[in-house]
Amino acid sequence: MDSKHVSGEKTLLHDKVQIAAKILVVGHFAVGKTTFIGTLSEIPPLRTEETMTQAAAHIDDLKGTTGKTTTTVAMDFGRLTLNERLVLYLFGTPGQQRFVQVWEDMTRGALGALVLVDPQRLKESFAVMDLVEKYGVPYAIAVNHFDGTLARSEEELREALDLLPETPVVTCDARDEKSSANALVALVRYLQSRTR
Amino acid sequence: MTTSEEHEPEFDALVRPYVITNGRGFSDSDRFDLVTLVTAAPDQQRKAHLGPEKRELVELCEGGYLSVAEIAGHMKLPIGIIKVLLTDLAEDGYILTRAPIPPAQLADIQVLQEVLDGLQARFG
Repeated sequence: MDSKHVSGEKTLLHDKVQIAAKILVVGHFAVGKTTFIGTLSEIPPLRTEETMTQAAAHIDDLKGTTGKTTTTVAMDFGRLTLNERLVLYLFGTPGQQRFVQVWEDMTRGALGALVLVDPQRLKESFAVMDLVEKYGVPYAIAVNHFDGTLARSEEELREALDLLPETPVVTCDARDEKSSANALVALVRYLQSRTR
Repeated sequence: MTTSEEHEPEFDALVRPYVITNGRGFSDSDRFDLVTLVTAAPDQQRKAHLGPEKRELVELCEGGYLSVAEIAGHMKLPIGIIKVLLTDLAEDGYILTRAPIPPAQLADIQVLQEVLDGLQARFG
């Protein structure tokens, strides 16, 4: 029974830790959220799930089911201890509209969100952008460029995503530690500018 | 451990989730956030009386802190179930939590500055 977590490599946080902050890494399916989190996390990224019950649009009552369906949503997350008293969690959040219940949980108390976008598939980011805006989470855009080439100019991208002039747009390679950290730094600087 | 991107979660549950929670529904209690930090209480004499999941949870947090999300990840159980277990364990004094910071303080300039400094020190 006990052996089943041995491979999970749990690493406890120190007693002195006081504050757990949360930043969301959001984006459409397969845009690189898990890669990004894995690149920066000090622990092997963990996966957890939220279970939610939704009212079904129509009842499939052949067997007298109640008209509710249960859906599970997987979230990957990682951790960064930033100083003795502060730990930062990065949560990868799926962008589908039907996961609104999860979004309420995820966005509560979040400092901000980094929206990963694939310049070749901008349209697929629209749903997730709607969600971050709906929940009022301040965000920056990180263009994950897989092959080092940008198909679009920043102007085109801003226009396509209908960004506010102050919303930061950075490029990053989610596989690269420094590059991914820089994207987070850009987000945090933006969050700071909003508090002034 | 799987490293592939965003496929369906695999939970090797042997019982349906509500068996673990004694038939109680999933908790939406505000007491536990995804990043609420949890540790085992120092005195664990009575731990032997706990059910297997609760005992495992307490043992997981002995000697340091883990977030609710990490506990769920390590135990391979949904967040909602972990919250139910934690609520019981907290009531009976088996676990302690670091109070989450109120949202108003989260955007606090101090916290953002510490996040920035921490990132730059680590990756700069």
